[in-house]
Amino acid sequence: MAIKDITLGQYFPGNTAIHRLDPRTKLLFTVLYMIALFLANGVVSYAVLVAVLALCVAISKISPSVLLRSMRAVLIIILITGILNLFYTPAGPGETPLVAFWIFRIYPAGVRAAAFMILRIALLISCTFLLTYTTSPILITDALESLLGPLKKIKVPVHELAMMMSIALRFIPTLVEETDKIMSAQKARGANFDTGNLLQRAKALVPLLVPLFISAFRRADELAVAMECRCYHGGEGRTKLRQLRFARSDYLVLLLGLVLCVGIFLLGRMGV
Amino acid sequence: MDPILETRQLTHVYSPNTPFEHGALLGVDLAVYPGETLGIIGRTGSGKSTLIQHLNGLLKPTSGQVLLHGSDIWASKEATRAARFQVGLVFQYPEYQLFEETVYQDIAFGPKNMSLDKDEIDRRVREAAAFVELPEDVLQTSPFELSGGQKRRVAIAGVIAMEPSVLILDEPTAGLDPAGVERILANLQAYHNSKNATIIIVSHSMEEMARTVDRLVVIHNGAIPLQGAPGEVFAHESELENMGLGIPQITRVFHRLRAMGAEVDPSVYTVEQARRAILAALGKGAE
Amino acid sequence: METPIIKTEELRFSYTGAEGGTPLVLDGVDLEIAPGSFVAVLGHNGSGKSTLAKHLNAILLPAGGKVYVAGMDTAEEEKLLDIRRTVGMVFQNPDNQIVANVVEEDVAFAPENLGVPSEGIRKRVDEALKAVGMSEYATHAPHLLSGGQKQRVAIAGVIAMRPKCIVMDEPTAMLDPVGRQEVMETVKSLNRWYGMTVVLITHHMDEAAQAGRVVVMSQGKIILDGPPKAVFSRVDELEAVGLAAPDTVELCRQLNREGGLSLPLDCLDVETCAQALYSLLAQRQRA
Repeated sequence: MAIKDITLGQYFPGNTAIHRLDPRTKLLFTVLYMIALFLANGVVSYAVLVAVLALCVAISKISPSVLLRSMRAVLIIILITGILNLFYTPAGPGETPLVAFWIFRIYPAGVRAAAFMILRIALLISCTFLLTYTTSPILITDALESLLGPLKKIKVPVHELAMMMSIALRFIPTLVEETDKIMSAQKARGANFDTGNLLQRAKALVPLLVPLFISAFRRADELAVAMECRCYHGGEGRTKLRQLRFARSDYLVLLLGLVLCVGIFLLGRMGV
Repeated sequence: MDPILETRQLTHVYSPNTPFEHGALLGVDLAVYPGETLGIIGRTGSGKSTLIQHLNGLLKPTSGQVLLHGSDIWASKEATRAARFQVGLVFQYPEYQLFEETVYQDIAFGPKNMSLDKDEIDRRVREAAAFVELPEDVLQTSPFELSGGQKRRVAIAGVIAMEPSVLILDEPTAGLDPAGVERILANLQAYHNSKNATIIIVSHSMEEMARTVDRLVVIHNGAIPLQGAPGEVFAHESELENMGLGIPQITRVFHRLRAMGAEVDPSVYTVEQARRAILAALGKGAE
Repeated sequence: METPIIKTEELRFSYTGAEGGTPLVLDGVDLEIAPGSFVAVLGHNGSGKSTLAKHLNAILLPAGGKVYVAGMDTAEEEKLLDIRRTVGMVFQNPDNQIVANVVEEDVAFAPENLGVPSEGIRKRVDEALKAVGMSEYATHAPHLLSGGQKQRVAIAGVIAMRPKCIVMDEPTAMLDPVGRQEVMETVKSLNRWYGMTVVLITHHMDEAAQAGRVVVMSQGKIILDGPPKAVFSRVDELEAVGLAAPDTVELCRQLNREGGLSLPLDCLDVETCAQALYSLLAQRQRA
């Protein structure tokens, strides 16, 4: 097993119209899209939403198969939600069960609810993945810091949180590599991580976790000193290499996002 | 003499069938003989770390074999586990793997995993501590209170306590000052002499290798382009340089002397040999 | 005379805090460093050299005595940022100094903290990356670089502050020979072409030999101070404090002792040593 093979929040560098958008725009649009998803309740609404996502994927040049593959990780959740909806949705007015066995009854309303629920989760996950695939983690952090900026007024440590997030992103690969190394070193001393009952396995983790924590603390300590040496003194008076700037296309995209939301809301009221 | 440890056509490919696929070892044949001190040199990324992790069964070959005393260490689960204990592996910066409350318990971790009885574990812990010159009173202290050099020696003792017949060390002296380097090398020599153990050292320091090992193996791009006695290997100055490796300073002096036209032995690689060679050339060798 | 970039007076320090605390890690250090110089501070582990380094940009404050950076007393809290932007610091482990997960974002970190406007930051980042020869890696992820490259990124991250002096605390200890050479070349070019004052803390003799001045520390005191040739010829004193001279010097010393010769003890590199030995051998042949 190689922990190294696990990828987290993967980013595919590119230079498409979607890659170039301001990260705040992408973040806000994703939020608007999600709101629209929860407002949708008819075939037409869902069709529009699928089409919008398909268009984004096409523009971003992210291969649809990559997107589908990332869905595999959450397939079980999607299926369970679908099945629950299938069985637990009560009959619509005047509906008779399509299938009935033992205590289970499946009504047409259940099939509809399940299909919409599966679609909704799938779209929800796809749009977030698309965001992380087309935006570097550091830009997402910048965008969050900028969008949440007003919260600083009510003493929410926005800068500190953003800094913590970006440092965490920076150190994930380092710590993953370190975990691999310590695991190998302890295996060389006869440690066994793969067999035994739950308690034995939990105990076997001590020789891994203790050195890992000690090392993480040491790293944190050294990093803090190194940051101080580079004149870090909190977010006050700090400037940025990359200035986030809205272009005309950003306003356009945000406008489209709003239109989408309102449109889906209206469609929802019409029940399509 | 039959090799104690051998690889046959050992090949290892990382992340097969993905875009990250790359071969780290390509058909490596290596033989390690009982009782020898073998040095492995190569650049970072040459495949040397991958190679040593195959020697005690931490990594499984993509193809090819690893033989310990002539039998495949992947033949059965028991064989693999036995190889773990017979071939001890000390990783780079091993002090970062310490985790127990006391030095004693940490050194005892390996022997305990071998399911030895209490007296045997006690004997081994004390003996291993003695090999790395850890005083008795240190055994009951926390390993985290020790100095860097002491921690390193505790970690090495933790592997020595398993009494491996082959002891492999990856950069055992990295980051230590000259006195710390000498101490570790002397400790390893002591273990080697008293147990007739086979020692494999991976190092970047040619000077250190030159005076420690009997034989050198050069790894480059997942293969072994050069191996032999240190003097033979260091004679290939330009090839080693092309691989991003150097030769000992003293050997370079002698190569330079020869280029100037002096009649000196080009296979000199330690200060001691150099002194004798120069004195001999001056006619003072007889003393 | 120019104001020294760094000046310590009777500097004393102990990790237990108060002035009378024991053991004293620094025990009365007087050191002056002229702008534009390249000074190596040499010492065994625990000699106090790293503790000294941490005093040079106010990470640690003296328990007794004074430290002045470009005339500013490091104990004055309101000067802290000015002191830190005058004397930059590079540490041993590049992994623990890199803040961001894109090279250029990391190099931008210090100028961002200093409130430099965006265009100014861009300029400084490009300059700094060029100075360490890492321009083509500007948009790479640091964890995929080699050790030497990471350390060069860390150096760029410091020089983007445009400091007058850069203090390096064993910057090559964790690197392989190729990485060490990369970093040493970078350090020398910063000193030579950019006029940066460099203080290099190390226990590698060959690195110290490349400096203009070598300061040897032991037990919290400066015991030798002078040009490399003068310092390294005092082999006995170096050995007494757990250090060693380069092999070339050691060879000459042994020849002098055993062969009754009088070779100079200042041949720090292969070429000078070969020359000295060659003229010795040629003399002999003529006689």
